[in-house]
Amino acid sequence: MNADGPQPTTTIDPMSLSCPVPIPEGARVILGHGSGGQLSGALMREVIAPCLAAASPGGPLNDAAVVDVAGTRLAFTTDSFVVSPLQFPGGDIGELAVNGTVNDLAMMGAQPLAISLAFVIEEGLPLTELARITSSAARAAAAAGTQIVTGDTKVVGRGAADRLFVNTAGIGVVPDGVTLAADAARPGDVVIVSGPIGLHGVAIMSVREGLEFEVEIASDTQPLNALVAAMLAVEPGLRVLRDPTRGGLSSALNEIADASGVGMALDETTIPIPEPVRAACEMLGLDPFHVANEGKLVAVVPAASADAVVAAMRAVPQGEGAARIGEVVAEHPGMVTVRTIVGSERIVDMLVGEQLPRIC
Amino acid sequence: MKYLDEYRDPVLARAILDEIHRITTRPWTLMEVCGGQTHTIVKQGIDEALPQGVRMIHGPGCPVCVTPLEQVDKALAIAARPDVIFTSYGDMLRVPGTSTDLLALKARGADVRIVYSPLDALKIAVDNPDREVVFFAVGFETTAPANAMAVAEAARRDIDNFSVLVSHVLVPPAMTALLDSPTNQVQGFLAAGHVCAVMGWTEYEPIASTYHVPIVVTGFEPLDLLEGILMAIRQLEEGRAEVENQYARAVKREGTPLAQRQIMEVFEIGDRTWRGVGPIPDSGYRLRAEYARFDAEQRFDVGTIHTLEHPACIAGAILTGAKVPLDCTAYGTLCTPQKPLGAPMVSSEGTCAAFYSAARGLDARKVSLR
Amino acid sequence: MCLGIPGKVIEVRDDAALLMGKVDFGGVRKEVCLAYTPEVRLGDYVIVHVGFAISRVDEEEALKTLEILEQMGGLVTTELATMGPGMDRPAALSDDGSPATFGSASAPAGAATSAAGGPS
Repeated sequence: MNADGPQPTTTIDPMSLSCPVPIPEGARVILGHGSGGQLSGALMREVIAPCLAAASPGGPLNDAAVVDVAGTRLAFTTDSFVVSPLQFPGGDIGELAVNGTVNDLAMMGAQPLAISLAFVIEEGLPLTELARITSSAARAAAAAGTQIVTGDTKVVGRGAADRLFVNTAGIGVVPDGVTLAADAARPGDVVIVSGPIGLHGVAIMSVREGLEFEVEIASDTQPLNALVAAMLAVEPGLRVLRDPTRGGLSSALNEIADASGVGMALDETTIPIPEPVRAACEMLGLDPFHVANEGKLVAVVPAASADAVVAAMRAVPQGEGAARIGEVVAEHPGMVTVRTIVGSERIVDMLVGEQLPRIC
Repeated sequence: MKYLDEYRDPVLARAILDEIHRITTRPWTLMEVCGGQTHTIVKQGIDEALPQGVRMIHGPGCPVCVTPLEQVDKALAIAARPDVIFTSYGDMLRVPGTSTDLLALKARGADVRIVYSPLDALKIAVDNPDREVVFFAVGFETTAPANAMAVAEAARRDIDNFSVLVSHVLVPPAMTALLDSPTNQVQGFLAAGHVCAVMGWTEYEPIASTYHVPIVVTGFEPLDLLEGILMAIRQLEEGRAEVENQYARAVKREGTPLAQRQIMEVFEIGDRTWRGVGPIPDSGYRLRAEYARFDAEQRFDVGTIHTLEHPACIAGAILTGAKVPLDCTAYGTLCTPQKPLGAPMVSSEGTCAAFYSAARGLDARKVSLR
Repeated sequence: MCLGIPGKVIEVRDDAALLMGKVDFGGVRKEVCLAYTPEVRLGDYVIVHVGFAISRVDEEEALKTLEILEQMGGLVTTELATMGPGMDRPAALSDDGSPATFGSASAPAGAATSAAGGPS
């Protein structure tokens, strides 16, 4: 091996790739850059962050920013939602958008104080659909105990937006003493997931053109702020919370491992994956660890309180099915491994680009 | 899931591994042919759990890996045409051609669509009568019945705006080419379970006897692979060279005759170049003359294709087991999964990609996820 | 190659000269072409690859395979039960002649790891 050559900077778990790795097309953005996987990270690191440089505080990327406002720590987050179809088993884009922002605030420990809602609407969208989606957003905000206080509406010509794009932003107060951050995980901590994974991504796939199949799977979109409050009540010293949306469980855990400079060792038999999700993933050759979730969180908690936290989670409807899935280790920093059935360890790596079904 | 979960039992996995260790007295080199088997072996770390001297070579069993560069370049040329809807299985979208790949083409505006089944491609043709729909018919024998049916249906229903770009490869000629190679190290094979579900295993009997190599038709779940390896090693230890069937629940000696009949009605055997290996005579399928009108290569003038493989790539030696990725000067430096030079790094099931993923030969501490 | 998974036939119909059906894979249902396995009946299992049934699963053979594997499993657990603590798996090949152990450390053999299927 040529020691002078460029050093490899990534590991790839072949099983988390559905197929060969892309050669990123020279100068353009490709769909894979939005998948929440390695390409997304690369886009952020190589293009967006450097360009923002002087205007940005730097530091690890968390689900929301924490801004100090005269002694009060305010969590501030924004997200855009471009899901297609707009309506899917278990919800619609309106609900998804509000829950997504409520959850990003919750991942910093904040209860949502106020949400903004902006639409970019493609000409031709039926008004009844717009009304239905807006009502869903309103219902989701009420369910999370918050309000939509401001917004915007734009209309673009046919073809310029995939029916409807939604952007939400939100603010919330981070309680004193709560210091959740991606770089806070420590060896010995326990990794917990709040419930079964893979539901949202498979629900979306079940309606999407070309990959239709009848599945009794609904998106798991839901607000998690009540769950987080219950967890913090038991353990205010929680280390990290993250919601594994695009890129799935593996992206969330890898990002934490990398930011914290620690490794993680998971036990595959403890990771809750519903049977139909497993079946759908088997059929398409997808890895459930890469499939998006919308109403789940992963938590890194001090070992001493892990069992108490899981119990507190299970006592709340949003945390039904919460389970310990592994631990943080000092070995292989930045890498997440999982034990196989023959006792070997394999690397759980991040999605690279888009998840593609395979025949091989 | 029935017929899947039972073959993933960790206790039984240990039991078979123990038995393999008990009966192995000498070093052996085995090859699993099929990419899906490589998948399971690497994912479960089965090759690391085998006795020290037992080596698994990952065969050229992923059609994605071995689709000739020329066919990929032809696909790209056709997909770039504005009148074409180019349909393909998902795996092919990221395979690099000489200068680009289907996914990148899609980003630039080409109408490239992933289909789960070739019949879906046919439906797209029916739904879009004013466009030309081309289907990238790749695969081993397992996929041939499906691809053949799409062509047969197109003929039966007179779907004129449909054509296929064929790139089928066959397993037995690849095995004999490997066995004929002077650098071959493989002593026993795990034959591809689903290829044999379609074709049966009669073609492998002369190979086993002529070359005196055990061939075990093997499934894809961890227990299947372990049992297949056990059966192969037992044969080697006992000096036998037969075809045995581990995957009895899905494979019969005669295969699925109706599927074979459909294949032979639509396709005929022809020469095929395997990416990273080279030309192997009579190792592929092409459309029969009666179906020539559905041949995308004839329907579209793709001009002269100049393919260019990277000179540093030693894929041929890797695929025969003569060399390992660590022997390659480009491995991990010029050639990575992000920027693959050759077939075994292109696909997640290729030997080089599998090695790289396990951070084998790379300093694991230096490898961060960014 | 490759990705063929077993599913249960829950519907069969003649679709304009092509035998089609619906197959259930652990709760997921998909349209599948059954033209190559016309002998299947409702309740049979088939191996499906890219939307086509390529062979019928032979239940008897499946049970036979499992039986052989379970016997192997049974034999090993019995063997270990008669060994004392601290004794490892039977040794086998290693290049320096010392007893080889394989893979990374794992749960002690004989510990009843839950059968595949995982939590749901």
